[in-house]
Amino acid sequence: MRIALLLALAALFVAFPLAFPWLAFVFTLVISKGFAALGVAVLLRAGLISIGHALFYSLGAYTVAYLSRGAGVTDLILQLAGAVAVSSLVGLIIGLFMVRYRGIFFAMLNLAVSMVFFTLLSKLYALTGGTDGVRIGTPTLFGTTIERDTLESILLYGGLVLAFGVGYLVHRYLKSPMGEALPAVETNEIRLEYLGIAVPRVLLAAYVASAGLAGLGGAMYGLLVGHVSPELAYWTISGQLVLVAVLGGIGGVVGPFVGAFFLEIIRSFAVIYFDNIWNLIIGAGLLIVIFFLPRGLYGLIERATQRGPRR
Amino acid sequence: MTAPLLSVRDVHVSFGGVRAADGVDVEVRQGEVLAIIGPNGSGKTTFINLCTGYVKPHAGSIHLEGRDITRNTPRQITKLGIARAFQIPQLFTEHRVIDNLMLAVAARQGFWQVLAPLDQPAHRQRATALLEMVGLQDQAESDVATLPEGIRKLTDIALALALEPRLLLLDEPTAGVSSGEKFPLMDRLMNVLRSQGVTAVFVEHDMDLVRRYADRVIVWNQGKVVADGPPDEVMNDPAVLRDVVGVI
Amino acid sequence: MDIIIPLLVDGLAAASLIFFIAVGLTLVFSVLRVLNVAHGSFYSIGAYVAVSIGGWAASAGLSPWLSFPILLISAALVAALLGPFIEATFIRYTYGKPEALQILVTFALFLIFEDLQKLVFGVQAHYQDAAMQVLGVSEIGGIIYLNYQLLLIALAVVVVVSLRLLMRHTRLGKLILAVVADPEVSVTLGINARQVYSIAFTIGVFLAALGGALATPTSGVAPGLGAEAIVLGFAVAAIGGLGQIEGAALAAVIVGLSRVIAIYYAPAFEPVMPYLVMLVVLLVRPYGLFGTAQARRI
Ligand SMILES: Nc1ncnc2c1ncn2[C@@H]1O[C@H](COP(=O)(O)OP(=O)(O)OP(=O)(O)O)[C@@H](O)[C@H]1O
Ligand SMILES: [Mg+2]
Repeated sequence: MRIALLLALAALFVAFPLAFPWLAFVFTLVISKGFAALGVAVLLRAGLISIGHALFYSLGAYTVAYLSRGAGVTDLILQLAGAVAVSSLVGLIIGLFMVRYRGIFFAMLNLAVSMVFFTLLSKLYALTGGTDGVRIGTPTLFGTTIERDTLESILLYGGLVLAFGVGYLVHRYLKSPMGEALPAVETNEIRLEYLGIAVPRVLLAAYVASAGLAGLGGAMYGLLVGHVSPELAYWTISGQLVLVAVLGGIGGVVGPFVGAFFLEIIRSFAVIYFDNIWNLIIGAGLLIVIFFLPRGLYGLIERATQRGPRR
Repeated sequence: MTAPLLSVRDVHVSFGGVRAADGVDVEVRQGEVLAIIGPNGSGKTTFINLCTGYVKPHAGSIHLEGRDITRNTPRQITKLGIARAFQIPQLFTEHRVIDNLMLAVAARQGFWQVLAPLDQPAHRQRATALLEMVGLQDQAESDVATLPEGIRKLTDIALALALEPRLLLLDEPTAGVSSGEKFPLMDRLMNVLRSQGVTAVFVEHDMDLVRRYADRVIVWNQGKVVADGPPDEVMNDPAVLRDVVGVI
Repeated sequence: MDIIIPLLVDGLAAASLIFFIAVGLTLVFSVLRVLNVAHGSFYSIGAYVAVSIGGWAASAGLSPWLSFPILLISAALVAALLGPFIEATFIRYTYGKPEALQILVTFALFLIFEDLQKLVFGVQAHYQDAAMQVLGVSEIGGIIYLNYQLLLIALAVVVVVSLRLLMRHTRLGKLILAVVADPEVSVTLGINARQVYSIAFTIGVFLAALGGALATPTSGVAPGLGAEAIVLGFAVAAIGGLGQIEGAALAAVIVGLSRVIAIYYAPAFEPVMPYLVMLVVLLVRPYGLFGTAQARRI
């Protein structure tokens, strides 16, 4: 049943942009946000809310920008790999500090670090281009130059394949002892320690994975839009990622992508009328999900399509 | 006389004004089953918290086979072979019973696997065997959050057994277990412990259980050990009868 | 020397403003056990209301001395309108719920307030410095001070002292302390805990809004102020130890001084000093200077 649902989603992603080309951009954005929200969702499984993951999201995009302009690395795959590597590494460094904290401290410290990062992005003009941001050129693929249109197709269909591949790996991770330990951190950290399991290490792995995922999403975003500015690191973006994760449901890997899908679809229609109340919509959406859909949209879809056991 | 497995020397700890351990000296010998009795609030649980590093003593020392573990964390001490079951069950309430056990089994058999599932045959078999040891084979698939206290208690004990410890500390293992089940449970537990040569300490309020299963009894009162010896001797001591057994 | 003292006054005045946010945040946390992420919004809303009323008063030709009651009234207005309402509708729902849920709900509120402010007050920056102008400057030992900054510092001290008096020597304070000590027992003693929560929350809103209002004469108000406020407020509250009023005061002073030191030696680091201090303090004392670990009984 779940497989059928996934295939249906994939078919939708392939078919619609063929019929409505403007949707290609939106759908790629969905995949990009989906990766980042999946990162947030991994931490949410341990009851940890990061309202600072825009840091890693923007870091992914800035890494691509730096690689292509500063370091002359133009290959698309190398750029994506580089973005994941850099954001994971920064995630490791920040994570070493973060895994000591829980609850509100974790949330606020992530917010604080991301705000410092945002300030640095805006102030360090020589490095980051300041508030104007930097342009990201069209990359090459295996040594050949590609057109803008081709890039968009590659990002959409390649991104879809990547989403399945990465999604599968994350799925395996969440089912592994280390992944199953995440909800256990929330329910009974003391018992985990009494089983001889180092909770900080469990969380550090999750933090690095989540940073890497957010970096991957950000890199895709940067390549798609062709530009990155400090706005991408602003805390309202972090808020969006949290909403997408909660909206989609944190139970599985598909949820964040479903959440991103709904958000971007609403956004592409609403932007004309509601551009200046976008945060309001996000906040109201969060409240609605919390009060009425505690298991998120994917939980809703799952319930509608199967009567199976929980979890 | 065998060498002590665990030795606690002159340990002090207090909470606010309450002296929960007031110069405690205890030796746990290799292979014995030691019972701890004492009135409510006398410091029995605190003793277990001290031995496992959850509470740090203000003074005194704790050694495991000659190794100083006074400043170690619960995780380090667990790794050294001391497992513990809790007075109030400490479980993963968002998981099923079998998942709880499999996490414990994985913790013992190799936890740091990123892509291998927790629910793999080796883990499941061992987890099922552990559930059988405490008589919970029928509850494997139940959600922990919905279980009655007695079953949680047994799950909690099974988690400790999963670690295959050298020393097992049980905090009131039969509290919450129905009276008809107490002896069968203890019989099964003792069989497992004896067959594996596990040393055990258990806190208990039921004197019949203590007489039946303990090799030795220590009596706690107001943070102090007030008697120590074989069950029949200690539990016939008039002072113990008056101050401790009488009020339990 | 003649440069360090004005810097000190500057730093302490800025610290006073952060203190107003932090102390409300910490007070609300200590009573309700909810850390309100939307608390920063009350600061910025207080600022907006103050510049709006202040701007109206100025254009109506009222005496600039009226700026001071206006600042106070603005904060009281925000507190009266938003405090009981937000507490009763959203915050109350999260009592005793998992912390993750409390964060999500209050964060959602924060996002909503962010846009509501833009809708109501626009996206441009506002200034209204009548209060600062009218107080003028004073010269002490050849150094010139903004009197308004001295007033801010004095007001922060007044708030610390009055909160202390409120808690220790009034009926309300005793009720609050009883609820903090044990909500269930206090209810069985006949204390209306709901009312106490509502009042404590409203006091918190008032302090934040007052901070925001008082900030306008020197720094104005622009979008994004709320986010900065909550993060700085949290940093100060966390350094002092969540729930510790005197801790927040000490932390605000430390943060203020750290900024002065940064300006003196390494100006580029000035904006990140609060976070650096928080980092160091939390590394050494994870529960802040005055906070204590609440180990779970097992
Ligand atoms: N973490 C703690 N903080 C404050 N006081 C504590 C703490 N742990 C134990 N105490 C106090 O220390 C004393 C001993 O407690 P302990 O739990 O060890 O008693 P016990 O013998 O296990 O009692 P019971 O039979 O009720 O389980 C009690 O007065 C208890 O209130
Ligand atoms: Mg006890």
